[in-house]
Amino acid sequence: MWKWLHPYAKGEATYRLLGAWLPWLAGSALVTLTVGLVWGMLFAPSDYQQGDSYRIIFIHVPSAMFSMGAYTAMAITALIALVWQIRTAEWAIAAIAPVGAVLTFIALFTGAVWGKPMWGTWWEWDARLTSQLILLFLYIGVLALYYAFTDARTGAKAASVLALVGVVNVPIIHFSVYWWNSLHQGATITKFEKPSMAPEMLIPLLISILGFALLTGALVCQRLRNEILKQEIHRPWVHAQLGVAEQER
Amino acid sequence: MSLVETNSRCSNQASTFALLRVIMRRDLAVTLRRRSDVINPLLFVVIVVTLFPLAVGPGPDILARIATGVIWVAALLSALLGSERLFRDDYLDGSLEQMTLLPVPLAVLALGKILVHWLLSGLPLVILAPLCALLLKLPFEAWGVLMLTLLLGTPMLSAMTAIGAALTVSLGRGGALLSLLLLPLFIPLLIFAAAAVESTLVGTSALGQVLLLAGLMVLTLTLAPLAVAAAIRVSVN
Repeated sequence: MWKWLHPYAKGEATYRLLGAWLPWLAGSALVTLTVGLVWGMLFAPSDYQQGDSYRIIFIHVPSAMFSMGAYTAMAITALIALVWQIRTAEWAIAAIAPVGAVLTFIALFTGAVWGKPMWGTWWEWDARLTSQLILLFLYIGVLALYYAFTDARTGAKAASVLALVGVVNVPIIHFSVYWWNSLHQGATITKFEKPSMAPEMLIPLLISILGFALLTGALVCQRLRNEILKQEIHRPWVHAQLGVAEQER
Repeated sequence: MSLVETNSRCSNQASTFALLRVIMRRDLAVTLRRRSDVINPLLFVVIVVTLFPLAVGPGPDILARIATGVIWVAALLSALLGSERLFRDDYLDGSLEQMTLLPVPLAVLALGKILVHWLLSGLPLVILAPLCALLLKLPFEAWGVLMLTLLLGTPMLSAMTAIGAALTVSLGRGGALLSLLLLPLFIPLLIFAAAAVESTLVGTSALGQVLLLAGLMVLTLTLAPLAVAAAIRVSVN
């Protein structure tokens, strides 16, 4: 397996591999997202309790899922970057973190928009909301540290250490916030109980979850490709790449 | 104590714990020469605690309710304030780079620095806690638990702060960045400490929360030196 993986430590090989994946990821993301969201927004039946406002679930749930998934992925690449000193893994942190941060923000924003008609408030100190907010802070911390150094390599390594420290802390934070919430929660809060879903709603939800996964993959692919080009701008293969592109034009 | 001396001693004795002792004695000596670095974060806590009654009113009911939170948040912020002295001077005069060359694990050195930092920032805070509790009219029966949570929590503060300080030591202006990195990681500590005192105030046992804090402290003191060592290696590069 190492023999197979080793070439991808080099920027050029990874760039080409990602280039081969990108159209498939982007294409299937477009198809699944269109199907899932159009089905969910227009054709799925409305909820007997929440009416049409529940439809934001088709964006809210997938983005919340992959906000945490992206953090895990970032921590794994951080571990690879620190242990094996692979530079493409360092760049992958910079590729994943903004995508994850935006997913977290979308989850928070749609949560707030959903919370207004359902709970009657934009923000509730609910455990899930709170830990999502903290996740956003963790992402911002990693990004801020990554770009704080003049030497990009140092920044990437420092961000790797922080991402790993964060991933050890995420379960503890998550657990403590749930615990805090159950301690402080007054009786006035009407917590939204997730009903067991009807299949007409569940299927489009699953499709949009798949769509968000593919979209996240495609965005990370493209961002990592850009990052590789930016970092290896002085290498001959980048010149060849860009030169060919100019000739084609 | 010079680092050359430290170095030769260490290779003579070839003992990790001997080095830990030497490092701690050196750090204590160096830090105690600049007393204001030790005293100012403590004064900061007292001043923050003084500000709150002025801001929310001196009524005992409201003060007692927010006392634990105020004292703990002040402790978190003061940990950030005192973080620079952990590695900054050693980084600037090159000692930190020398330390990475010592023939013992860098994590041991990190543990020594964390312990000294705690002795001079965490422990005084524990001793100062009754004064803050008095100012904020915290009922007397909760004082013991408040001090216990600080005793268990401040080592964690020192350890986490050391991670952040080691990561940002090579940056000239690390302050605001440091708070962005560290404050989210302090949240569990804040929650459990506040809950422990609150359980005491409502008359139930705080044992569960205190044990959780103790467990977290052991976990942090075990893992944090490794992270600090990795961070130092990144920073001195």
